Amino acid sequence: MAWLTKSFNSSLGKKLLMAITGLFLISFLIVHCGLNATIFLNDGGVAFNEGAEFMGTNPVIRTMEIVLFAGLLLHIVDGLRLWLDNKKKRPVAYAVVDGSANSKWYSRSMGLLGTLLLLFLIIHLKHFWYFSRLTNDLTEAHTLYNEMQIVFASPIVVIIYVLGCISLGYHLLHGFQSAFQSLGWNHPKYSPTIKCIGAIYAVVISATFASMPIAFYFHLIH
Amino acid sequence: MEGHLNLTLKIWRQKNTQTAGKFETYQVSGISTDMSFLEMIDVLNNRLIEEGDDPVAFDHDCREGICGMCSMYINGRPHGPNRGVTTCQLHMRSFKDGETITVEPWRASAFPVIKDLVVNRSAFDRIIAAGGFISVNTGNAQDANNLPINKDNADDAFAAAACIGCGACVAACKNASAMLFTSAKISQLALLPQGQIEAATRAQAMVAQMDEEGFGACSNTGACEAECPKGISIENIARMNREYFSATFSSK
Repeated sequence: MAWLTKSFNSSLGKKLLMAITGLFLISFLIVHCGLNATIFLNDGGVAFNEGAEFMGTNPVIRTMEIVLFAGLLLHIVDGLRLWLDNKKKRPVAYAVVDGSANSKWYSRSMGLLGTLLLLFLIIHLKHFWYFSRLTNDLTEAHTLYNEMQIVFASPIVVIIYVLGCISLGYHLLHGFQSAFQSLGWNHPKYSPTIKCIGAIYAVVISATFASMPIAFYFHLIH
Repeated sequence: MEGHLNLTLKIWRQKNTQTAGKFETYQVSGISTDMSFLEMIDVLNNRLIEEGDDPVAFDHDCREGICGMCSMYINGRPHGPNRGVTTCQLHMRSFKDGETITVEPWRASAFPVIKDLVVNRSAFDRIIAAGGFISVNTGNAQDANNLPINKDNADDAFAAAACIGCGACVAACKNASAMLFTSAKISQLALLPQGQIEAATRAQAMVAQMDEEGFGACSNTGACEAECPKGISIENIARMNREYFSATFSSK
């Protein structure tokens, strides 16, 4: 197995791991976003609570939850390793850098955006994952939907969530197409489509997530 | 139309690899807009020599944009503000009168500064050397038509082979990564039938050497492609990834 660890420890291998875990997290976000979007059915959270109940009790989903945390952890640790490695490669910094002339700011700021996302995620997990999985507060009378109503009554929380979603949007805008490039999937026939889907995905996912705390705060859903 | 410029130059001066460098400011006047950037430095150096000062050391050779020697990081970009050119092909008409121009060497731990703006790019040579040989028959070259090559592959191989090893990709990359260079060198052989026999070992050896030299990883920002004077595409980096991973999983 030495060949495998050697390859995954190479500069290309670390990027491959980033891409695989990144695409896995991207697939998770579709499920997460789709399920949460049921709150917009405006049925008082009936469909949402049914979905949440299923996700919280189904053994396959619960197993995937462990895989999800493992994937997230790998993505974070690998990203941190890349960041630490890369910053050593230019010991004397340039005095003048005109970065915008040759690349997008968010493509150069994936580490920063990822760190912001991690901070947001800690807050987010405390709000909902901790509540539903590690406490006994989740009852018929106090559903996850009720908890969302309570949490998103705070304007500060809503602002943090919207900022978190903006970070997510930019992270995905680069990350989606970047993952395919790292996997070696760059082709004149498919790459424009991948970039287009990536942009739509980033905007739709982040905008849908951001609209949830806003909708609760302004009582747009009941 | 010819004009004349008065400029302030902030140039990185560094005695040798061991000592720390710093910026020195120089005023140059009456610079013709038809001069190349290197000729402008020549004018400055003539004056410095006349004044008994140490002239600014910089790499240059062909001065026609094909050798890749003239490594200068000008106003925050490799080879200055124009796309698809080296410093010798950058003309002073691209600058405004009274402008302050900052000139730095390529900055990467894998490219140590030898003096002032001259860096040691032998790391690139060692990456190429790590790629090894290709197996071909000795004797007279066979008839070219004996070896049919797909036109698209021939074009892509030729485009990759246009790399002049100038190091602008490393200089432009936020991680000082040499992926564009290495991938171009891997691609030019991987795309042709002559390069197939050693393709797997070549990809693995060249990537290992690239990491060994202390170049960074790829963040897929595309800065290298944008700054490459020869327009090398990052499609080559994706091809390198394919070559490397297929070699990883298929080799014994």
